[in-house]
Amino acid sequence: MTTASIDDPILEISGLETHFFTRDGVVKAVDGVDLTVGKGEILGLVGESGCGKSVTSMSVLRLIQNPGEIVGGAIRFQGENLLDLSEKQMRSIRGDRISMIFQQPVGSLNPVFTAGSQISEVYEIHQGVNAKEGSARAVEMLRKVGIPDPERRIKSYPHELSGGMAQRIMIAMALAAGPELLIADEPTTALDVTIQAQIIDILSEIRDDLGTSIILITHDLGIVAEMADRVAVMYAGEIVEEADTKTLFADPKHPYTQGLIGSIPVAGSRREWLEVIPGRVPNLIDLPVGCRFAPRCRAREQAGLKICTEQRPELTVIQGEHTVRCFLYHEGAQ
Amino acid sequence: MSDPLVRIKGLVKTYPVKGGAFQKVLGTVKAVDGVDLDIRQGAAIGLVGESGCGKSTLGRAILRLEEPDAGSVEFDGVDVLQLSRKELKHYRRDAQVVFQDPFGSLDPRTSVGDSIAEGLRVQGLSRKMRGRRVADVLELVGLEPYHANRYPHEFSGGQRQRIGIARALAVEPRFLILDEPVSALDVSIQSQILNLLKQLQRELDLTLLFIAHDLSVVEHLCDRIAVMYLGRIVEIADRDDLFAAPTHPYTEALLSAIPVPDPTVHRQRIILEGDLPSPLNPPTGCTFHTRCPIAQQGICDVSAPYLRPINSGGHEASCHLRTGDHQDLDRPLLSNR
Repeated sequence: MTTASIDDPILEISGLETHFFTRDGVVKAVDGVDLTVGKGEILGLVGESGCGKSVTSMSVLRLIQNPGEIVGGAIRFQGENLLDLSEKQMRSIRGDRISMIFQQPVGSLNPVFTAGSQISEVYEIHQGVNAKEGSARAVEMLRKVGIPDPERRIKSYPHELSGGMAQRIMIAMALAAGPELLIADEPTTALDVTIQAQIIDILSEIRDDLGTSIILITHDLGIVAEMADRVAVMYAGEIVEEADTKTLFADPKHPYTQGLIGSIPVAGSRREWLEVIPGRVPNLIDLPVGCRFAPRCRAREQAGLKICTEQRPELTVIQGEHTVRCFLYHEGAQ
Repeated sequence: MSDPLVRIKGLVKTYPVKGGAFQKVLGTVKAVDGVDLDIRQGAAIGLVGESGCGKSTLGRAILRLEEPDAGSVEFDGVDVLQLSRKELKHYRRDAQVVFQDPFGSLDPRTSVGDSIAEGLRVQGLSRKMRGRRVADVLELVGLEPYHANRYPHEFSGGQRQRIGIARALAVEPRFLILDEPVSALDVSIQSQILNLLKQLQRELDLTLLFIAHDLSVVEHLCDRIAVMYLGRIVEIADRDDLFAAPTHPYTEALLSAIPVPDPTVHRQRIILEGDLPSPLNPPTGCTFHTRCPIAQQGICDVSAPYLRPINSGGHEASCHLRTGDHQDLDRPLLSNR
């Protein structure tokens, strides 16, 4: 299906720490994240609200605002550490080589400009073409993302667009400059199922046709299973498990991943009761000592492990590229 | 079989659409366009469809939170639409609702206990009785009695939804409408609430109308499922029947569009063209024909189909080509279903 490989990385995040310095204390939203995205790869970044998946992606684009700050780590894009760049250099990367689409497509578009002029602007700024050429290319791009009658559509204002249409415009805009990496943050969450299916298809086509690498941020394991080559699961600011998509769904190791997969109702294969992860996500200001999932972990209780509430587990290799942050897989852990 | 607890007949709800500087009425939107639905005592019926299909409006009209324009809603043999204000108070003890947004549906300045007890106060229960009942329902939904003295902001989304359920259950309703009760929640919390609802339905012998856009969520709880499109029910069937033999092309597309959390499954997906048509100016004939992969010129764009039975098990669909006089075209879109 894909020739993507993490041996040929386009993005390497190592030890990323993004903290928010609030009145109530330091929120460790991202706390030591390592991630690699291969060329032409779709990496799924999965987790529940507040796990730090969006903050990770905003850190890549260096869009973290006060009181947030990237306090540690490195983000290498094509070998260059983005954290060393000046704001001016960073601007030439944003939208040009790395671009992003968001959950709320209508809200992300400027309401006073037509869809066409907003896409055309990307060509004018990043490729130095004139307005006429820019709008011709905008029409071309809209056709590519499956918008019917693009000549007419470029004259529409955002409020005249449906959610699915606006998301396609956003995708067209994000792709206009021919980025090497696209970050899609919950791209279909606000859309209806049948429209979601259209957007999933378009994103997969983009990767296949243009070789664009994609970081797909979502809480929906179904979308990840359909699209991603590899999956990283985040919990309370950390990656707790990472594997290729087939392995992760067939053989999840981390008790959190197992619980997550067991808790989703699957259409057409009903179970009497859904699995439940007890409790809730810890407060990121006052994180538990040891493993962050330990207070909700039944596997730990069953195994009678004490270490889980005393030490923070490291990522361990299960096999090949399958890694997990859990003491259950540490030899001799007690 | 005994009469259903809730019987909806030909229900219509329209809204005027206003525009321009003087808010002139430009037209009307038929949010609910002639819906018939029977809900048996103790049944859990799912109502699915995409945004704007009228599913929430239907729910609100049943409770008379919206006044329907035509049709009737019978509850236990009584026409709800004819009730006086005073009688309506009794009806609202029997029929309750839980909304999607656990943040917006609780008053931030009222303690959780007072929020839950409000319905009981209206029913005229003494203070002492109210306190006892509040403690009972809090325990019923998996919270603690002492939570009654706290305020909504002290609770997480999942806990707030439990409070919303407790509030609805406080007056001991027989019929509960759940309007997207888990869509705002995280996956792991969603499963807690779904399990809770299922358990409560069994323990309290509740009759449920579960409104959601997500078929897999509805499937978990409901024994019968109705699919809505542009204000009409286009298919209704027992759960297993619907999944095994979806008949309306829209149901088929909806089922095939749900992403399956199993990367080894590679399904053919039916991708519907375009968006939902504007309900202000709905298509002629079958309202689905503009997006329908099998629509036929001269049939589907001319006359509107109505729900017809497909089997004796209460499976009905409204499609000229699949249920009407054109059954020679009766082949499914997907071979593997």
